[in-house]
Amino acid sequence: MNKIVEKEFFSENVAKLVIEAPEIAKSRKPGHFVIIRIDERGERIPLTIAGSDIEKGTITLVVQKVGVTSAKLLALNEGDVIRDVVGPLGKATHIENIGTVLCAGGGVGVAPLLPIVEGFKKAGNRVVTVLAARTKDLIILEDQMREFSDEVILMTDDGSSGRKGLVTAGMEEVIKREKVDMCMTIGPAIMMKFAALTTKKYNIPTEASLNTIMVDGTGMCGACRVSVGGKTKFVCVDGPEFDAHEVNFEEMMSRLGGYKELEAEAYEKYLKNAE
Amino acid sequence: MENIKEYLKAERNQEWRAELRKSMKAKERTGRERNDMLERDPNVRNKNIDEVNLGLTEELALADARRCIDCANPTCITGCPVGINIPKFIKKIETGDYLGAAVVLKETNALPAVCGRVCPQDKQCENNCFYTISLKKPAVAIGNLERFAADYERNSGQMAIPEVAAPNGIKVGVIGSGPAGLSAAGDLCKLGYDVTVFEALHEIGGVLKYGIPEFRLPNEIVDVEIEVMRKMGIKFKTNFLVGRTATIDELKEQGYEAFFVGSGAGLPRFMNIPGENYNGILSSNEYLTRVNLMNAANPDFDTPVLKGKNVAVIGGGNTAMDSVRTAKRLGAERSVIVYRRSLVEMPARVEEVKHAQEEGIEFMNLHNPVEYFADENGRVNRMRIQKMELGEPDTSGRRRPIVIPNSEFEIDVDTVVVSVGVSPNPLIPASLPNLKMTDWGTIVVDQDTMQSSIPELFAGGDIVRGGATVILAMGDGRKAAAGMHKYIQEKINK
Ligand SMILES: Cc1cc2nc3c(=O)[nH]c(=O)nc-3n(C[C@H](O)[C@H](O)[C@H](O)COP(=O)(O)OP(=O)(O)OC[C@H]3O[C@@H](n4cnc5c(N)ncnc54)[C@H](O)[C@@H]3O)c2cc1C
Ligand SMILES: Cc1cc2nc3c(=O)[nH]c(=O)nc-3n(C[C@H](O)[C@H](O)[C@H](O)COP(=O)(O)OP(=O)(O)OC[C@H]3O[C@@H](n4cnc5c(N)ncnc54)[C@H](O)[C@@H]3O)c2cc1C
Ligand code: SF4
Ligand code: FES
Repeated sequence: MNKIVEKEFFSENVAKLVIEAPEIAKSRKPGHFVIIRIDERGERIPLTIAGSDIEKGTITLVVQKVGVTSAKLLALNEGDVIRDVVGPLGKATHIENIGTVLCAGGGVGVAPLLPIVEGFKKAGNRVVTVLAARTKDLIILEDQMREFSDEVILMTDDGSSGRKGLVTAGMEEVIKREKVDMCMTIGPAIMMKFAALTTKKYNIPTEASLNTIMVDGTGMCGACRVSVGGKTKFVCVDGPEFDAHEVNFEEMMSRLGGYKELEAEAYEKYLKNAE
Repeated sequence: MENIKEYLKAERNQEWRAELRKSMKAKERTGRERNDMLERDPNVRNKNIDEVNLGLTEELALADARRCIDCANPTCITGCPVGINIPKFIKKIETGDYLGAAVVLKETNALPAVCGRVCPQDKQCENNCFYTISLKKPAVAIGNLERFAADYERNSGQMAIPEVAAPNGIKVGVIGSGPAGLSAAGDLCKLGYDVTVFEALHEIGGVLKYGIPEFRLPNEIVDVEIEVMRKMGIKFKTNFLVGRTATIDELKEQGYEAFFVGSGAGLPRFMNIPGENYNGILSSNEYLTRVNLMNAANPDFDTPVLKGKNVAVIGGGNTAMDSVRTAKRLGAERSVIVYRRSLVEMPARVEEVKHAQEEGIEFMNLHNPVEYFADENGRVNRMRIQKMELGEPDTSGRRRPIVIPNSEFEIDVDTVVVSVGVSPNPLIPASLPNLKMTDWGTIVVDQDTMQSSIPELFAGGDIVRGGATVILAMGDGRKAAAGMHKYIQEKINK
């Protein structure tokens, strides 16, 4: 049982939750995630640990509403409890001072990117962050990103905020103007795929954090498997970060859709009941 | 060994046993037929998750107990990994003392209701029974009788809470709550230790909960045992992944003196053949976890599960049988086992194979998948299979499957469950660089004490044996508890 001690909406569909989890707060590092289960009937979903407070014994999650479980989570309030929280899971991000780090995030990837941006900045790097969204209203965590980035470039498909264009246009602009030592990308698989193709052209080492479907998060089921360099890897224990130039994004995209119809059905049912 | 023989002999010479033997001629006993447990109708049960076996009635149990001739040399016991005094508990049943029978079982087996249901009796005790060996007749129904006595005790509401020694205040940690961890925890608690069991998942029980389905081992049976353990004073911490949530070193700082690692062999193996990552192809662990642990087949629960129409399950072990029968229950029109050897070599319990056949499961034995194909959405829709034949026996004694050249063909499938084995969980070993491991990733331990290369760390069950059985895991847990006790006492008394 983990109590929600603080909740704050960043936008209509994105909120920060601070929850009690003293042991996890102590052992977690940037890049780690937890698996949560809201209640007795809930499913287990992975969420990145966006921050922690060891003194208070809390961890911070940033959740974006995309389906049933994330919607239920955002419907909880301060004082409510989450039944199960286990972690920290996955391998921590390898953070060192290497010079200039380009961080590219979009969609569901912006929340998990935040602690990594923070980590690289605190390690002394120059951090340039490119955030992409379809339109202005969907841009999240801009202020938080600015706090830990030397520069934030906004890209929207329709030009309603920042520059018009895809994330890759923003990335290329940075790469052409200054030396980039490494790139980190988190977002929809299709975005990461093109981000990886872009940096490959310039031979920039690139890591992608993969948000596959998970069940246990401890290496026990293989639901999270992806192909990296032709080999099958389990994202929850071997990742979530991998060499983006080696990841088979096509396969990953397809696997993310593996339960699409069931998820959509469940979400419709949930919305109906919520009315 | 001699001691045990002497002990068994003395037990057998007790008056009540001698009387009982005399009460009926051995000929009369051996002339009786073995009874079967009552079972649910195959065509009804393959549509729900109710337990298949209904157990023996009192009448049937008495009849089966009478078949046992109370051998002077009870060979059945040599087949039992924990050496249950089999004739004694069976003769207790014959006298009508069912609770007494349960007490005999619990002397050496912490979870008889579980073992009565899932032990491979056909390979262990019953395979070594006098009836099997000498009379070439069906063995005494040892497993069914074990289940009967344990269920009788549970249903009687007189479940004994084992006696616990005065608390000694020494903290010990048990990592993993499968049968190995539970039995170690039980024994350590009885010895007076302050026991905490750490479990990574949100439920206690390991494979007993997330793996073995409800229709074979109802969760309630495991829960009753766990409740007894709580009453004994054992603490359970779920959602605690040792090595990540806290390391062993951190736990030592918190005062834990020694640890038992029963972290199991939970890592699914895949075959690494083309197309294996298509949607609709999943490990039996994922499939069974969704259904058993997450309750995915129940629409009131949030976790989804793919309900295939045409399901192929690859493998021939208990896990494969559990998966293929689960698929049928989720509504599959065709639910097929694809196994590379023949029926005789199948590692699954004989009863499970029989039940599967009754429930309308198809068996494609001597077949092996080589490639999967998918539709435009990446969902598997066909698999290519090759035919096999059996060659010379391999190191396991089973005949080796050999590919028949040019025998490949394709079948339609929409869901494939890969059930070709598991590997040891690497998490604990990875967090302890000094821990001695085998090349297969299992922990090296002393055979008698179960102590690892790190003195305060003991281990047992699947993390030591690779994929084994519930009873072996429990036996290891008990041995390790004794080993830990000795180690801690010696350390204190130094
Ligand atoms: C290691 C890891 C870290 C993550 N960290 C965060 C985080 O910090 N904050 C956050 O909001 N989300 C994060 N996610 C994604 C989050 O787990 C999913 O959004 C969540 O499981 C969706 O559950 P749901 O029931 O709400 O939606 P579902 O009903 O399961 O899905 C609804 C829709 O979202 C899509 N979807 C489902 N799962 C994912 C996924 N994993 N990635 C992308 N799209 C998905 C589906 O295809 C579907 O269209 C992370 C995922 C992983 C693997
Ligand atoms: C589907 C299926 C059917 C089976 N059927 C039979 C059968 O009919 N008869 C039979 O005898 N055997 C059967 N087996 C095999 C039997 O279940 C196992 O041999 C037995 O459960 C092993 O017990 P264990 O305690 O070693 O490990 P497990 O039961 O695997 O338990 C290990 C536990 O440790 C936890 N864990 C792992 N790492 C950590 C960590 N770092 N921190 C905290 N917790 C951790 C895991 O989550 C798990 O709960 C079956 C197995 C499966 C999968
Ligand atoms: S070997 Fe068979 S008949 Fe003999 S004691 Fe054991 S169960 Fe009874
Ligand atoms: S989520 Fe089950 S193995 Fe990764």
